Amino acid sequence: MSLFLLKRLLTLIATLIGTSVIVFLVLEILPGNAAQMLMGPDAAPDAVAALAVKLGLDQPAWTRYWHWVAGMLSGNLGDSYTYSSPVLDLILERLALTVPLALLAMAFTTVLALLVGVTAASRHNKLGDVGLMGLTQLGMAIPNFWFAILLILIFSVELQWFSAGGFDGWGDGILAGLKALLLPALALAVVQAAILARITRSAVLEVMREDFVRTARAKGVSQRAVLWRHVLRNAMIPVVTVMGMQFSELLAGTIVVENVFYLPGLGRLIFQAISNRDLIVVRNCVMLLAAMVVIVNFVVDVLYAVIDPRIKASDI
Amino acid sequence: MSAVPAAVPSAVAFKVPGFWRRAMHHPSFAIGAVLTLLLLAAALLSYVWTPWSPYEMDLPSKLQGPSAAHWLGTDSFGRDVASLLLVGARASILVGVIAVGIGLTVGTALGLLAAARRGWVEEAIMRLSDFTMAFPAILSAIMLTAVFGAGIVNAIIAIGIYNIPTFARITRASANAVWSREYVAAARACGKGSLAITMQHVLPNISAVLIVQTTIRFAIAILAEAALSYLGLGTQPPQPSWGRMLAEAQTLMFQAPLLAVFPGLAIALAVLGLNLLGDGLRDLLDPRLARAR
Amino acid sequence: MTMPQHSAMPLLEVDDLHVRLQTQRGPAEAVRGIGFTLERGETMGIVGESGCGKSITVQSLMGLLPSSAKVSGRIRFDGAELVGMAESELCRLRGNRIGMIFQEPMTALNPLHTIVRQIGEPLRLHRGMSAGQARKEVLALLERVGIPDPASRLDAYPHQFSGGQRQRIGIAMALACGPDLLIADEPTTALDVTIQKQILELIRGLVAERGMALILISHDLGVIAQNVSKMLVMYGGSVVEGGPTAAVFAERAHPYTQGLFGARPAIGAPRGLRLATIPGSVPELVDLPPGCPFAGRCRYTVDACRATRPPAVRLPHGHEVRCIRLDEIAAQEGAVPA
Repeated sequence: MSLFLLKRLLTLIATLIGTSVIVFLVLEILPGNAAQMLMGPDAAPDAVAALAVKLGLDQPAWTRYWHWVAGMLSGNLGDSYTYSSPVLDLILERLALTVPLALLAMAFTTVLALLVGVTAASRHNKLGDVGLMGLTQLGMAIPNFWFAILLILIFSVELQWFSAGGFDGWGDGILAGLKALLLPALALAVVQAAILARITRSAVLEVMREDFVRTARAKGVSQRAVLWRHVLRNAMIPVVTVMGMQFSELLAGTIVVENVFYLPGLGRLIFQAISNRDLIVVRNCVMLLAAMVVIVNFVVDVLYAVIDPRIKASDI
Repeated sequence: MSAVPAAVPSAVAFKVPGFWRRAMHHPSFAIGAVLTLLLLAAALLSYVWTPWSPYEMDLPSKLQGPSAAHWLGTDSFGRDVASLLLVGARASILVGVIAVGIGLTVGTALGLLAAARRGWVEEAIMRLSDFTMAFPAILSAIMLTAVFGAGIVNAIIAIGIYNIPTFARITRASANAVWSREYVAAARACGKGSLAITMQHVLPNISAVLIVQTTIRFAIAILAEAALSYLGLGTQPPQPSWGRMLAEAQTLMFQAPLLAVFPGLAIALAVLGLNLLGDGLRDLLDPRLARAR
Repeated sequence: MTMPQHSAMPLLEVDDLHVRLQTQRGPAEAVRGIGFTLERGETMGIVGESGCGKSITVQSLMGLLPSSAKVSGRIRFDGAELVGMAESELCRLRGNRIGMIFQEPMTALNPLHTIVRQIGEPLRLHRGMSAGQARKEVLALLERVGIPDPASRLDAYPHQFSGGQRQRIGIAMALACGPDLLIADEPTTALDVTIQKQILELIRGLVAERGMALILISHDLGVIAQNVSKMLVMYGGSVVEGGPTAAVFAERAHPYTQGLFGARPAIGAPRGLRLATIPGSVPELVDLPPGCPFAGRCRYTVDACRATRPPAVRLPHGHEVRCIRLDEIAAQEGAVPA
């Protein structure tokens, strides 16, 4: 197992390095002088030049890349132009909202999807299956920001159970914070849950056709026990794969959903930074997002080996 | 037991007698087709007639609910919501058609090339697609539109670029399956060149997959355009867009809640229609592709 | 099929069993009026080509067919009627009083469960054993079925065993609760020839040891000859001939049986001798006529053959055949040197 982990870890590090190079290069090729873009077209030329020096734009790309990586490893990410504060602090502050939000959304997605998917599969071709699959079709068609707005309409405007947006931080306690994140997490979860439910259902149906399911029934195991004890674990491999892919979709979704709910999270930061041309913030945030996706893929890989003992064996 | 019916190249499938009859009875296809046609009809109709002009502001009548005069009500500038929806359909379809068109042409060409050439060409194309797909689409789209400027053209390009790797991957996977079949080996033995084989054998056989994928990506393009417009990066005023209507409606939720319902409903129905159409086509064009139903 | 009546009730009595399946081309009768009895400790074989309904028959005994299948007729197991029995009752019988071994050992085991868990499952389910008790019992079972060094393999996974070993594990699972009836559906077809012999010996030994009844399905006449005391020949969902193995092998009354036997390659035959085959091919179930399923392929076919199902003709020693042309066949066989 440790050899397997080691191999995976090395791949992880290599991918992170590769990603940082690509992120750096992509932002390099943006047209126009970065300093110029930050200050706008009407700024005085010497002010622009001064800023360019401050941002280190007069140095060759290679040096700038190296400074950036060294900065990342030592915790100094530079200062944001728009907020005039260290990028690192900015990001950490925002992460304190976005990470719990993403995790909450992931939890909702998983629970909903497994329940709907397994139930639909066990009622294959009957009314329950058709009905649930119709619901998932709807779920996939709904834009997540519209669902967010609908949630606000129903639960904030009409019922007044939740506020229509904003987040006061964790200072008032965990429950208060989670309450503020509940509607956003639901909005993020609904589309992903619909997709995942369909995947779960078809994975379960596939597994139910396997020979060992017949063997289990021949031993006297009831249909229900067969489903939960034998089928589900075997169906998890494709499900976990999709969950891994969905995590990056989820993170992307925070960009829009955080805007709907006026949440000061990472997604909103990225959007504002891009709008403000604050390239330092953009570069670091994009790198962070990419790193999170890569790490999640690593976790998924490890999970495969935990779920399926055959994978450890054949990989080495 | 009985054999599974062999897959008919989809170029021929449409001409098989009884195809359209089966299609009409297939629930997904039927509902999807109706909704998609409604979408197209709305856009086309908007060129000829709308209840009111979508650009005409009538401030005294602003924020009214549905009435005989304004069937779906008016927005904060007194513009007729129904007319805005009809014209907004144009933006959605335009983005869908062109963005998917880009992906379909460039992506399919790359995928066919990868399958025909194999070797490092295939590797290079696949690695490039993998990387492009690893980044969340909306992030790339936002970056591109924010840097190069907001507007429908850049939105189309941003979404279109995203479709290229998707079509490339799918084309390559299906094309590889066709290349490994015996009749292709026979054609090569007769001296047929790669290009001829690709055009005569590979393309007709993968067209079912491509058609299905087109409808799905169209739906995704509509969602992406709506999201970009919502954020202010897509279709710009005064051109109506469903996404932007939602953004405006959000600020007025307490005064006119219905304003937020209709544009979102339009998006959802359009996307639903295309998804169902794609599902139906998948079942009808190649029964072997049909997932467990 | 009736055997001389014993004073005790037979373990298994099947009467007029019909199974209707949903196929792509519509409903088809996969099993058409099968009947047989099985006493305690008796061994019976079912032989026939692929698609003749052998597996469907035994799966319907266990109630393992999909819900779209319609089973009618009577299946009495130890006095209880299995057709129409509640699922929960059937679950109590499966793995407990009736055990089943399947054809494909490579896919018959759950790849994600250890074998101690899989073999122990019926023990914990039907005997209420704890994990520890089950573990001991599983160890004993593995020893009995011939898995080398079983103590160290308890927590291994199926992919760590060979095909032959996986079949032994399957046998251990089927026998764990000491069933009265063991059903083996082509248990050796997917295995190497050298392993086949070992597995069949194992099954024979266990059946004798525990006094179990056995239903053994095979398309291999050699396997049938060596392992069961009576046999059924199936074709197109019907039993065309049945009786004590020795009698059927000697008489071969039905034309299909003759065809089966005739198709076997003979060691020592002159070079260049072509294998005799039965002309035509097995029709699909939806296409079978109402009468004798072999009509058309059989060289003695007359119109009456297709019209109605031939009644059972009793021959000596409890041997039965369903054919209306037996006299003509005997006459022909007499004229032509065998």
